[in-house]
Amino acid sequence: MTMHTIPFTLDGQPVEARPGETLWQVAQRLGIALPHLCYRDEPGYRQPKGTKGGNCRACLVEVEGERTLAASCIRKPAAGMVVRTASPRAEKSRALVLELLATDQPPAATATGAGGRSRLRHWQHEIGVDASRFPARRHPAPAPDVSHPAMVVNLAACISCGLCERACRDIQVNDVIGFAGRGMDTTVVFDTARPMGDSTCVACGECVQACPTEALLPAERTDSPAATVETVCPYCGVGCQVRLTVEDNRIVEVEGRNGPANENRLCVKGRFGMDYVHHPQRLTVPLVRRDDAPKSPACDMDPANPFTHFREATWDEALERAAAGFRRIRDGHGGGALAGFGSAKGSNEEAFLFQKLVRTGFRTNNVDHCTRLCHASSVAALMEMVGSGAVTAPVRECARSEVILVIGANPSVNHPVAASHIKNAVKAGARLIVMDPRGQALSRHATWMLRFNPGTDVALLNSLMYVVVEEGLYDRAFIDARTEGFEVLRQHVSAFSPETMAPITGIEAATVREVARAFAGAGSAMVFWGMGLSQHAHGTDNARCLIDLTLICGHVGKPGSGLHPLRGQNNVQGASDAGLIPMVYPDYRPVEDAAVRGFYEDLWGMPLDPVRGLTVVEIMHAADVGRIRGLYVMGENPAMSDPDLEHTRASLARLEHLVVQDIFLTETAMLADVVLPASAFPEKDGTFTNTDRLVQRGRAALQPPGDARQDLWIIQEMARRLGLGWEYDGPAEVFAEMRHCMPSIAGISWQRLEREGAVTYPCAAEDQPGKAILFDDAFPLPGGKARLRTADILPPAELPDADFPLVLTTGRVLEHWHTGAMTRRATTLEALEGEPHCLASPALLASVGLPDGGTVRLTTRRGSIRLTARPDRWVPDGIVFVPFCYTEAAANLLTNPALDPVARIPEFKFAAVRLEAAQAGAETAAAGAAAGVASGA
Amino acid sequence: MTSPAPTLEKRPAARTRRRGPVVDPAALAEVERLTVGVERRRDLLIEALHCLNDALGCLPEGHLVALATLWRLAPVEVFEVATFYAHFEVVPAGAPLPPPLAVRLCDGPSCRMAGADALHDAVAAAPPDGCRVVAGPCMGRCDQGPVALVGRRAVTRATPKAIAAAAAEGGAPRLPGDAQRLAHAHTEGVYRVLASLRAGQRSVEEVLTTLEEAGLRGLGGAGFPTARKWHTVRQMPGPRAVCVNADEGEPGTLKDRLWLEGRPHRVIEGALIAAWAVEADLVVIYLRDEYPEAHALLLAEIAEVIAHGLAGGVTIELRRGAGAYICGEESAMIESIEGKRGWPRHRPPYVAQAGLFGRPTVVNNVETLCWVPEILEKGAAWWQDLGRHGRHGLRAFSVSGRVRLPGVKVAPAGITLTELLAEYCGGMAEGHRLKAFLPGGASGGIMPAALADLPLDFGSFEPHGGFIGSGAVVVFSHADDLREVARDLMRFMAHESCGQCTPCRVGCDKAVSLLEAPALDTDLLADLAQVMRDGSICGLGQAAPNIWQTLLRHFPEEARR
Repeated sequence: MTMHTIPFTLDGQPVEARPGETLWQVAQRLGIALPHLCYRDEPGYRQPKGTKGGNCRACLVEVEGERTLAASCIRKPAAGMVVRTASPRAEKSRALVLELLATDQPPAATATGAGGRSRLRHWQHEIGVDASRFPARRHPAPAPDVSHPAMVVNLAACISCGLCERACRDIQVNDVIGFAGRGMDTTVVFDTARPMGDSTCVACGECVQACPTEALLPAERTDSPAATVETVCPYCGVGCQVRLTVEDNRIVEVEGRNGPANENRLCVKGRFGMDYVHHPQRLTVPLVRRDDAPKSPACDMDPANPFTHFREATWDEALERAAAGFRRIRDGHGGGALAGFGSAKGSNEEAFLFQKLVRTGFRTNNVDHCTRLCHASSVAALMEMVGSGAVTAPVRECARSEVILVIGANPSVNHPVAASHIKNAVKAGARLIVMDPRGQALSRHATWMLRFNPGTDVALLNSLMYVVVEEGLYDRAFIDARTEGFEVLRQHVSAFSPETMAPITGIEAATVREVARAFAGAGSAMVFWGMGLSQHAHGTDNARCLIDLTLICGHVGKPGSGLHPLRGQNNVQGASDAGLIPMVYPDYRPVEDAAVRGFYEDLWGMPLDPVRGLTVVEIMHAADVGRIRGLYVMGENPAMSDPDLEHTRASLARLEHLVVQDIFLTETAMLADVVLPASAFPEKDGTFTNTDRLVQRGRAALQPPGDARQDLWIIQEMARRLGLGWEYDGPAEVFAEMRHCMPSIAGISWQRLEREGAVTYPCAAEDQPGKAILFDDAFPLPGGKARLRTADILPPAELPDADFPLVLTTGRVLEHWHTGAMTRRATTLEALEGEPHCLASPALLASVGLPDGGTVRLTTRRGSIRLTARPDRWVPDGIVFVPFCYTEAAANLLTNPALDPVARIPEFKFAAVRLEAAQAGAETAAAGAAAGVASGA
Repeated sequence: MTSPAPTLEKRPAARTRRRGPVVDPAALAEVERLTVGVERRRDLLIEALHCLNDALGCLPEGHLVALATLWRLAPVEVFEVATFYAHFEVVPAGAPLPPPLAVRLCDGPSCRMAGADALHDAVAAAPPDGCRVVAGPCMGRCDQGPVALVGRRAVTRATPKAIAAAAAEGGAPRLPGDAQRLAHAHTEGVYRVLASLRAGQRSVEEVLTTLEEAGLRGLGGAGFPTARKWHTVRQMPGPRAVCVNADEGEPGTLKDRLWLEGRPHRVIEGALIAAWAVEADLVVIYLRDEYPEAHALLLAEIAEVIAHGLAGGVTIELRRGAGAYICGEESAMIESIEGKRGWPRHRPPYVAQAGLFGRPTVVNNVETLCWVPEILEKGAAWWQDLGRHGRHGLRAFSVSGRVRLPGVKVAPAGITLTELLAEYCGGMAEGHRLKAFLPGGASGGIMPAALADLPLDFGSFEPHGGFIGSGAVVVFSHADDLREVARDLMRFMAHESCGQCTPCRVGCDKAVSLLEAPALDTDLLADLAQVMRDGSICGLGQAAPNIWQTLLRHFPEEARR
């Protein structure tokens, strides 16, 4: 369809509007500045629907032949329309609107000069409305609300423009802000008119970013013109672009930028969680263990005072001691006695150099990172079935989906900005299927919420496939042309009728049939999953079934469709791509493939270990038995993140030589021989790859504190001391080498990234865009076809019994990220959610005499922790959910180290646990009651 | 320099509990019980709120949260709707519950002329047991003031004793005694025209032509030609809808209540004819909450209509307003039917293009639809011949104030006030001389006695700063202080402004302040009138300045007093 422009007359001049353009947008494009307060010229806000927008009336213009003036921000021109922006009538009305609004504004709370925060004041100044002639308000102005640690609400300055409501409801879809009352009593409210700090506000700060007055302000902010740096967010895998405002080497404010993944949006961590970098516990000098300080697996030292166990060292001494330990073990026991944990938080360049260091300096493939603990099973299944471990389509593709399936994921907590895109799609008409034992914020938006029994993913997914096959709903053409193994799968799933599976999964057969029909019948469907699916002893099987279901319905390789494991860390995709994996070199090329190895031996000029290395948990086990003697940990915290921590910490303590490079004295660093103070995210330059395969540029905004150094520098110094003569002059040079050996990023140059900020891979050439949707024609497997797999029902590794009658599951909370090393040192995040806690159903807690929650003790076969229990209607009876970020009550002391046989991922999502009420001091056992609830569930 | 927040003294301590409202299991159970039979659809939210408000006499916060949970909405989505409507009494968690029965005392202009102030003082001083006393705007019984709504029962010519008696009976609605029931509707020939149309005796085009030739215009106040409205909707792709606007809230208007209580089947037949003409399968009647008797009657009669197969496959739904004048504005009404706050929509698109649930929608006033079957039966010429002074057809004028026989007067369109008073109202009330009148309620401006010989019809009063609107004729005499009248009318507008757009939200409020000032700032009032007329989204804000601008224009001495 050809899109014609619309000819009309604007201020006497013939002009052409582009299709869809409003009068305001045309005027803006032609350099006519019209005041606007309720209109925000940013993505998501430009085309308000229904009664939204167009209400401040500051942008009124005259349309010839119309009785009243028109709000130019929502009015689209018609052919031949005659519009006057500068008529006395329009100008007078616009000025009067500003005068009315200015009447009751409180004194300015922020700077009012150029670039001042209040756009109302800005426009008053622009069009010369200095004062108001109207009488002041008849009722006292509302008092400021300072209940929230990160934001100040001062409704005295509110002009009821509605932008905060749209920010909260239409953009982020958190549905906290609304307008109560009517007329002059119309008031912005949070929930049922609660103080912001006691509302369901998730502190995404979108409203603060949108507010055109001083009614919503960040509690911490700067008024003086300061430097800004454009970079990306250091937390989850969504990859939001941010703008940091920096003053005196401090980040004072964070704003969302219009990046491809976030469209100006952020979550509480990104917006209000950046001050961890300024925390007094930052490591600022190299440390070496004191001779009189043995390693204590309890990890109970004070991170604020490392000198109880360490002494300060010069960089030379520390590096030499670190490298000497590795040299000694390597030369004495072989490279196989060494291992390295890189980080999914570091840059691509750091990941690349780190794995190169381990492979060439340590001379082993024992290099891994926390992807092992997150999506190893997803990646394993994806690799074998579709030939690539990355997502096949970006999150935002869900905007074009008819159906969206979310399983084993709670994106509102773990990927809040991605969740906002999913909710936008649902609001626009997509149907949402959520499958998870726990209810969540997305449940309310779901057409189907399947709260199936934990650990029964295979049964549920197979029963869905049973319906798809039985009712002939599958995509025959896709199956024939694009897959192999369907007949075997068809046979296999015939044993899994929803009626047979219902007692196992807890989901009624009719619901399964309805969901199967909706999913298979959709013209397009995006499939998102998270660790609820992957972190199981049968995680690979779970992922296989999900991929099978998606493939037989043909939901891969077309618009609005795809497989998307939501990646947990900001650069877990990039770190994996860069080769922080024991089996593969960069771009997933197997270390055991002689040709591939030959390429790298030539490139790096030395023979390489021909055998795949050990994975994270395997390295811990090997350390336990003395097979691994030396470990280099860069920015990871296995002493918090690994399962069965008591065992893990003992293994770490048993190491002959542990070097930890980090920004804080993490639980892992407490067990180190040498601690190297490194740089935090906003202190370094590099590239980072988000969950969408989007390579983005991170930029340094700060100097590292004290004598902390750039990680790239530290790795190179280590390499130098291990006999490698590296001379990389910064990340650009490392990136150049990566490009040389990674065809996936061949089209992405450093210069291009500087210019474009973000480029999706695979990208073959510099003049081509990256490919967002993969596998539209073939899969990168021999024959080009995807391989369907089958999986049987296997129980979780440890089932509840009389002693441990409940199911323990672990995960994150919105405010904290991973092991909490960063977020628990972020003032606002800690103020919002600083208490170790677990969640259980009100009925379960009532059964131990704590209907309103209270202190409990959780015990598994591996350990015991004491923490607050909160009643939560979203948790099924019989399950206890524990966030793993709290070192005071570390959830991983309890978790089961049972591994998936294929991907070696531990079963974080299922362990048998006992819950008892713990009164201050005396603990009352109430396991029997708990068991009663569990069996009744 | 980093500036601390202006008022932020110290940071709150770390949290120890989940934030936000907690769902109380007891409230959940009660809400579940009280809303049995209400489908959990977003558009039925207001109906569900009525269930709670009727049963509990108020809406406790915990129940709103429970309702949100059951309806799968966020608490704020329920809260903002509940707090928009005057008849919903939201009670914060922990606050004492108010006395359950609301006694609403009308403070509209006619009721005040009939002694509403004294009544209010008396009832408020000694409220009946279990009652709370609140003032409310016009309740559509202006000919029998002062008026009270006791729970769901209207009390006319109210006295403290009558109010107490109604309260003692729990304020349950009483069916109007002389209501038209389906049984006698049939004998009166109602539904005969509809049946003939459905039988194919006339084409839609013929029907539209008849209505066009008759010149039937919207009698809710806007005067839009009915045939053209139907034609537009008919041209739009389906599915389509018909909404019956039974939310007459313009102070002084009571005509539609009489149609609804006296001739409900004429209204339903008219609506079904509209649905037939535009091929709509959904008819929604939106009835103001001040008419509980009409509600009970319509509920019963709609069920009868459906039971007797007269709906012909058309879904007929009845929705209750909840105390919001703005919902008489057609797009605000549609928002309200969809279960939302009554905020008028932006135009374009017009409701004829995208109205109820996005469907092309006919919105017709009750009276307009009442005339449709009769015009189709008797022909366009019959209607054409009925007017006076060159105008056509009949109108139901709501006459109240200083007249001898107030009430709804079905009179020729174009009749003058002088004629109307003499021929239909028995003249002015004893001892009163005509000084001024509202031709069209609060928004139609205040007209001087000198204009009493203009035809009461569309177009007559516009040159004088007003309009006929819904034909709510309120008559003032020399006993009345017009500046006080203007202030009251403006307070009404400020109370009823939806709050959406700046000119109306802030403008109405500032206008009240300006009119309350000892001396009127006429320049500023003129500026305010301009921005409200030019810049308000809907008719409320655009017409509200008529109040003071006509006062200043026609009664400069009173204004200056």
